[in-house]
Amino acid sequence: MALSDKDRIFTNLYGVQHWGLAAARKRGNWDGTKDIILKGRDWIIEEVKNSGLRGRGGAGFPTGMKWSFMPKQASERPHYLVVNADESEPGTCKDRDILRHDPHTLIEGCLIAGVAMGAHAGYIYVRGEYYNEHVVLQAAIDEARDAGLLGPNACGTGFDFELYVHRGAGAYICGEETALIESLEGKKGMPRLKPPFPAAVGLYGCPSTVNNVETIAVVPTILRRGAAWFAGFGRPRNSGTKIFCLQGHVNKPCNVEEEMSMPLKELIERHAGGVRGGWDNLLAVIPGGSSTPMLPKSICDDVLMDFDALRDHKTGLGTAGVIVMDKSTDLIKAIARLSKFYKHESCGQCTPCREGMGWVGRMMDRMVEGRADVAEIDVLEQVTRQIEGHTICALADGGVWPVQGLIRHFRPMMEERIAAYKARSAGTAPVALAAE
Amino acid sequence: MTEHHEPTSFAFDAESNASIEKIVARYPAGKQASAVIPLLYIVQRQMKRMTDSGWVPRVGMDAVAARLSMAPIRVYEVATFYFMFNTKPIGRFHLQVCGTTPCWLRGSDAVLKACKDAGGLKGYGDTSADGNFTLSEVECMGGCVNAPILCVDDDYYEDLDYESTVKLIEALKRGERPTPGSVIGRQTSAPVGGPITLLDVAGE
Repeated sequence: MALSDKDRIFTNLYGVQHWGLAAARKRGNWDGTKDIILKGRDWIIEEVKNSGLRGRGGAGFPTGMKWSFMPKQASERPHYLVVNADESEPGTCKDRDILRHDPHTLIEGCLIAGVAMGAHAGYIYVRGEYYNEHVVLQAAIDEARDAGLLGPNACGTGFDFELYVHRGAGAYICGEETALIESLEGKKGMPRLKPPFPAAVGLYGCPSTVNNVETIAVVPTILRRGAAWFAGFGRPRNSGTKIFCLQGHVNKPCNVEEEMSMPLKELIERHAGGVRGGWDNLLAVIPGGSSTPMLPKSICDDVLMDFDALRDHKTGLGTAGVIVMDKSTDLIKAIARLSKFYKHESCGQCTPCREGMGWVGRMMDRMVEGRADVAEIDVLEQVTRQIEGHTICALADGGVWPVQGLIRHFRPMMEERIAAYKARSAGTAPVALAAE
Repeated sequence: MTEHHEPTSFAFDAESNASIEKIVARYPAGKQASAVIPLLYIVQRQMKRMTDSGWVPRVGMDAVAARLSMAPIRVYEVATFYFMFNTKPIGRFHLQVCGTTPCWLRGSDAVLKACKDAGGLKGYGDTSADGNFTLSEVECMGGCVNAPILCVDDDYYEDLDYESTVKLIEALKRGERPTPGSVIGRQTSAPVGGPITLLDVAGE
């Protein structure tokens, strides 16, 4: 069931080999790219659809379908490919390895995606903190251009394609596609209302498609080896290989490319040396980056790591950043710190998010202490429901889901904390029951 | 917020001007506002060269506005919205501790304590008396499998604990710049002890 090396797409994930073009070619990158492109956009989109590839940035939208939304006919408005390398979801560090160790997988993917959507220019928006990574990526692009793989008549196909790197400056919200576009246009990263969707009105008001780094970078190999090859991994509708970021209380944290739908337990034990202190020392796992609600050990025992299995447990695959927490963890504090993160990163545009993230954060700080009333757990839960779905973008949803996950699975722990606080402070002033 | 001296003028130097030309060329004609973030970085780097403190003064924002034909307020908005522009002077080294949950689970509190102890810092936002260090808490740096992380200026130092963080800061004080990356000698994001996958791949 486990993936073998011959089926791994990111063969330089750990940077053992050089990132440069010569080494990348020996690894199989840029092999037959011209032939692939000459098969034309319809063939490329159809093949990507058949592979079952779903976006690797968190939402899991089918990639081929997304590409097909781009207008078929060229107009006076140019089309743009925009690559989201603003990897900022806590627990996620997979794109970093692609940018710094396997950049040619991404660059080749950008050219092919550009052909598929009729875009002659692409921008890769790299998070500001990835300074050294962006230097490598830029050097790899320069190399590709010097070799005639990018630029006018890219790869000898007659298709002109330029690729640019654009660095952000430390704002999680710019990972949201319309905030990213705003930022790329030189504005504050505040999400736009949709519709119109970027495929109609995106960068500079032109048809644009925003894709995650990993999504684009897997495409060349899919097209070389065939849609059926990729679709052969994972369960139906959950196809392919995926980079997982295994971290937290495991013996050997690491990134690893594995088959989709591998059981979580096998993933952790096979690749990350198991949970610190053994599997029975596991308390909970955040399965797909900070926005995805945590799962208690009982579910972790047999849950599969894919979109549908995790959705069935009211969480998600997200970015596949697997945050493992053993029994020594103060889970309430772990989630409270995430609440602080979302408060820090709210752009401030929508009231439920701007005010709500701060309110939830302050409530969670009290829950950490236990300085609350048991009824306030319900208040907290209800308020998260009122925030969810009432904002322009999904930041606030992602901000409240971890809290909902905590309440869903570990409410007794929160009640215990409150009881302990009450016992400690018995005879002193009662806990004020209030909204804050 | 403590008082600080704002310079009264700022002009791009030759090195900055050369970079600006290349940057602006990346964007379509008339869309030069896209270069606002890159140009603010240029200001911050030039200030570092000139004063050994990487920050963006008001007059620097004005210079960006003039160069890109933008209203100054549009540049101020950007400079204050994004976290990575320092709008007041900072120390010679910018110590940025990641305190988000993945790093916290792996011991970022110890990294913070080491920064305070070895750097002579009271807490986040503080600059040491000798002007060497400014301490900031940053949100997830995206290096979670190598947590905990301390970012010094642009470089990630990974897999830290209290002792190795103190050692790093002492080295910075001596004017050394240890090689960034894992301080325990890991092969980047591979598991401790070396990769157990990708042992049989084509290439060099």
